Amino acid sequence: MSIKDANQECVNRIQEGTAVWVDLRVARDVVPGMGDYTVFHAGPPLSWDRMPGPMRGAIIGASMFEGWAKTPEEAVALAESGRLRFDSSHHHHAIGPMSGIITPSMQVNVVRNDRFGIDTYSTLYMGIGKVLRHGAYDESVMEKLRWMNHDLAPLLRRAVHAAGGIDVKSIVAQAVQMGDEMHNRNKASNALLLVALARHLVAVGEAGEVARALKFIEDAGHFILNLVMAGSKGIMDAGAGIPECTVVTAIARNGYETGIRVSGTGERWFTAPAPMIEGVYFPGFGPDDANPDMGDSSITETVGLGSLAMAGAPAVVEYVGGTPAFALETTLKMYEITVAENKAYKLPGLQFRGTPLGIDIRKVVKTGITPVINTGIACKRPGVGQIGAGLTAVPIECFEKALEAFAAMRAVVQ
Amino acid sequence: METKVLPEALRVINVGLESFADDLRADGVPVVQMDWRPPAGGNARLAALLAELDDEA
Amino acid sequence: MGLRTEILPAFYQDSVVLMRISAQVRARVSVREVALFMGTPANHALLAQAGLATAAGQAAGPNDLIVTVSADDERVAAEAIGTVKELLAESSRSRETAAEYRPRTLDSALQALPDANLAALSIPGPYVRDEAMAALRRNLHLFIFSDNVPIADEIAMKQEALRRGLLCMGPDQGTAYLGGVGLGFANVVARGRVGCVAASGTGLQAVVSRLDALGEGVSHAIGVGGRDLSEAVGGAMTLFALDALAADPATEGIVLVSKPPHPSVLDRVEARLAAIPKPTVICCVGAKPRSPGKVVWVDTLQQAADAIVAAMAGQRWDSAPLSDAGQVGKCLRSLAGAGCGGRRILGLYTGGTLAYETGHVLRGVFGDDHPHRILDLGDDEYTVGRPHPMIDPRTRGEMIVRAGDDPGIGVLLVDLVLGKGAHASPAAPLAEAVNEARRSARAGGRDIAVLAAVIGTVGDPQGLASQAALLEEAGIATLATNADAARCAAMLVHPPLQAEWMREMA
Repeated sequence: MSIKDANQECVNRIQEGTAVWVDLRVARDVVPGMGDYTVFHAGPPLSWDRMPGPMRGAIIGASMFEGWAKTPEEAVALAESGRLRFDSSHHHHAIGPMSGIITPSMQVNVVRNDRFGIDTYSTLYMGIGKVLRHGAYDESVMEKLRWMNHDLAPLLRRAVHAAGGIDVKSIVAQAVQMGDEMHNRNKASNALLLVALARHLVAVGEAGEVARALKFIEDAGHFILNLVMAGSKGIMDAGAGIPECTVVTAIARNGYETGIRVSGTGERWFTAPAPMIEGVYFPGFGPDDANPDMGDSSITETVGLGSLAMAGAPAVVEYVGGTPAFALETTLKMYEITVAENKAYKLPGLQFRGTPLGIDIRKVVKTGITPVINTGIACKRPGVGQIGAGLTAVPIECFEKALEAFAAMRAVVQ
Repeated sequence: METKVLPEALRVINVGLESFADDLRADGVPVVQMDWRPPAGGNARLAALLAELDDEA
Repeated sequence: MGLRTEILPAFYQDSVVLMRISAQVRARVSVREVALFMGTPANHALLAQAGLATAAGQAAGPNDLIVTVSADDERVAAEAIGTVKELLAESSRSRETAAEYRPRTLDSALQALPDANLAALSIPGPYVRDEAMAALRRNLHLFIFSDNVPIADEIAMKQEALRRGLLCMGPDQGTAYLGGVGLGFANVVARGRVGCVAASGTGLQAVVSRLDALGEGVSHAIGVGGRDLSEAVGGAMTLFALDALAADPATEGIVLVSKPPHPSVLDRVEARLAAIPKPTVICCVGAKPRSPGKVVWVDTLQQAADAIVAAMAGQRWDSAPLSDAGQVGKCLRSLAGAGCGGRRILGLYTGGTLAYETGHVLRGVFGDDHPHRILDLGDDEYTVGRPHPMIDPRTRGEMIVRAGDDPGIGVLLVDLVLGKGAHASPAAPLAEAVNEARRSARAGGRDIAVLAAVIGTVGDPQGLASQAALLEEAGIATLATNADAARCAAMLVHPPLQAEWMREMA
């Protein structure tokens, strides 16, 4: 098969994918490979000694939540002793923003790509400020974690079942025409999610708990992000593993390295040091406080959302910096490195042109244009939370490595 | 050998000096000016690799 | 005495823009030298050769811009570099706001223009092959202006083009016409019945300009690049183009224009021409004409046009030494006072084939061993770090002024090539340089005769009549035929020729 044909096949599968929130389950019961003392994290594989502050903090919090440790010190000792088994969530049909920590007792969303029989898992989005994914683990965080997993999740589960599933892809398709790009800006999509859920929550729940749930989802702001991420990964995974294919199927960061996966090179990660983010800081914070780029949320860019859809979300520049003209220009540039246009996600401002889809490593290396990522900036010290937002890019080194590996594989086969 | 070779209506992609595109445009010829730069940022080895992997048709 | 270098990383600009900006900075800031070059291996060598290489500049790669300034004063150097950056930013800004978004790849260019059928390449030579192959794969014909393309690349591109039934016009091809559209340096000529295949740029321009003057026109003129008729390339594209014109219903006569091909290639080409059931003319300036057969052999560019027009009309065509004896006579009379007898001719040409034709005419008259020098200023040795003389008159201007100081030079022979792509008014700087040269000569008690072959048509943007008028005001005698100008120059330095050639015409 030619590369062109392989890429076309990959993109066809991506386009046909679906993403429906069908269930909430305990990770231990559904996430492949999940078990005791198992911790899945964002980004490519990495060891404890290289993990950034926010990720360590999250692991400490998760360990205490699991009951593996009673104190932070015990949790650290556990991690350092090698007792904990770490792996990339991506290897287990799972995904998470920022540190993206998933452990067995956590409740996870189940988002289904029915067309290809792929289920993908993500934890419930905790909100903003002092949250687990930014490495916070004080009592307020632990209490919230317990409430979310023991109270909120079962209620949501009943509502989702009552709804017969919530079509996340459909919400995204609408939100992209309402000014969201789905990575940093989720105002419309989060509201649409609430609309989709509300009457079902009311039908299955008692007034007080329903009110609390609705308020939680509203305050969280980006509650839908974890659902969109799981849905996007499920859609992209359908296009993985096609020989001769140069399309990027995952972009993910662990705070230490940024990695990409390419369909034609299977499970391999091609990594480079995680870059710093250029952006706008919240009052009191600056570049010295910042953690390098982190999280699996760049799966949105991978599927043609995030910065690739920025032309439809000009308001996001108030958050990440830049001008509306820059937002437009960014999307236009991204067409240079992709092989197709999204059939589902259309940009009214570009005469309903579909967003760029299918990042081709050949085009990235040829032009030097790397996918831009719209992202939040995490504090490098655990527990502080988000300190700003901005733009960064996937290092060109990732694509150069991938290209060399792809060519080498081809040479062997031919 | 096919003889329908010579195009009657030119539609041009200009790769390089912009003055050529300007002249064509002034003549009413549809032309797109490409923003050309050395491929792979000037890395000859990667550029050669890319040339091999371009299997458009 | 300082060289200061700054590198602007990942900042690609084409050479014409860079040269324009260097010139502007030189005009504004009192630096000794400003050099702007992309950090390609060829340019690094160039800078070293010019004594402008620095340790700091070494680190630059092909996609990085090296800004080198030579000044006596730190402050002046800094000012110059600042001005360079200003002008570069201005240039980017104005390009971005102008027209539209510029695609970065062929694929996105095709998105913008889905039924594109030709890619015109004028990028540095080492990069041509990959881009050309990509274009051919996307079913685009090629017009390649770039030179310094390795011959192996040319052979590969042409093989691929032939395989796909596509044209590869070049490399190093400055002029072509397809479907009535002129590509590159092109005179405005009528659409008509004559098809041309040319391994030459200005040679083609001379032929089509003459056709236009004769009331004829061009169906298509396929440039094949200067090396197509070499042994290595074997006339690959020439043969393909001849076949295409033979099959083209709009083409009623075919002309081949080039310098002498390799003998084996000439045989093949002549055989192909002879097999075409339409009038055909070969103009391989300087090649020994074969015995007359079906294909008409001519000696000069103007004769190529005259011969094909005659052949298409079913008329006989007779070759004569001069095309326009009347005009030549006028020139001789106006320049008689310069006293050129026994002195040398200096030819300063912007067109390569025109220079070659003149050289051929003079060799025919004076043999191989004569003191006259005919220079092709488009040649590599004159165009390092400078735009082609058809665009930038400076190099020729400087040489003309110097000629005024040389008592041995009696006649200056130049070409003035009009048309799209050329200088907006090349006659003006030429006239100015000549005026200065003549002032110098006169101060030394002598004069210098200047002859210009004006290659242009009434439709050309510069204005054929007004350009000729500008030259005449400076005492430059103008002729429309380059070979006539060469012979006129020969008659001026060797008056006995006048009796021979002018009497024949009388």
